[in-house]
Amino acid sequence: MESTALAAGLAIGLGAIGPGIGIGLLAGKAMEAIGRNPEASGKIQTAMILAIAFAEAIAIYALVVALIIKFT
Amino acid sequence: MHISIVPETLFHIGSFAVTNTLFTSWVVVLAICLLAVWFRSKLRASPSKVQSGVELAVESLLGFLTTVAGDREKAEKFFGIVATLFFFVLLSNWAGILPGVGSITFHDIPIFRSVYSDLNMTLALAILVVFLSHLFGFLAVGVRHLSNFFTLRDFGSSFSGILEFIGEFSKMISLGFRLFGNIFAGEVLLVIIGGLVPFIAPVPFLGLELFVGLIQALIFATLAMLSFATWTKARAHSS
Repeated sequence: MESTALAAGLAIGLGAIGPGIGIGLLAGKAMEAIGRNPEASGKIQTAMILAIAFAEAIAIYALVVALIIKFT
Repeated sequence: MHISIVPETLFHIGSFAVTNTLFTSWVVVLAICLLAVWFRSKLRASPSKVQSGVELAVESLLGFLTTVAGDREKAEKFFGIVATLFFFVLLSNWAGILPGVGSITFHDIPIFRSVYSDLNMTLALAILVVFLSHLFGFLAVGVRHLSNFFTLRDFGSSFSGILEFIGEFSKMISLGFRLFGNIFAGEVLLVIIGGLVPFIAPVPFLGLELFVGLIQALIFATLAMLSFATWTKARAHSS
């Protein structure tokens, strides 16, 4: 049975769960912080974007594995 | 649909294979050099709008890197190399969105390919950055830089030192794969969307790629500045 497609699908599917939750938590906390202190929203936004990029990197690692499975 | 993780070789110089990503990076370097020389010739004491814009960009980048590095003096010390990395990665990523990249082919091989969609390129940059950070560490504190990793002071420091040493290698891998994953996945996304619905639909994805290219260049520069700053920090304790 040809399982490359299944493997690739599972790799990215499961790999995206953690970062998805992580990014959601990050953004939620950032919203709270902005709500509490709207003046600091510039700083909070910058820090949030940076932290989200780090969390997203984990999902990207999973994506790279999926792409390697699919295309080699 | 032509998607391959491995970059394709265009021609050989002797026994050295020149890939399409390497060729694209040469074009980007040439473009940056020409841009820099042209801009330098246009510098005036009372700035025009373009010069003000560029000065604003450089000032904001320096301000941002100051928050990363801790103090202004350290940020200014490493600003040359870090800002160069930032602009090179940024322009390479954005050049990969231009029409013609990936579509103009020569014997069925695309002549241009987004520079950092090639794992060789990103790993080379990552290894360079980590190597440089340790070089700066040696230049700053001398051989005592090694005592960060290999120390016999007490068991806790020895153990965490070894882990930090291994962590430096994992830093190389994570830097390389983060940039590669983002840019290569972006390329694959654009190819597939372009293949499915060539009109109108690629526009939001091109916008996404612009954003992702900027963020990834920023992340790379931030991590480079962070590692330069940490390893050149004066130690509070003496050995």
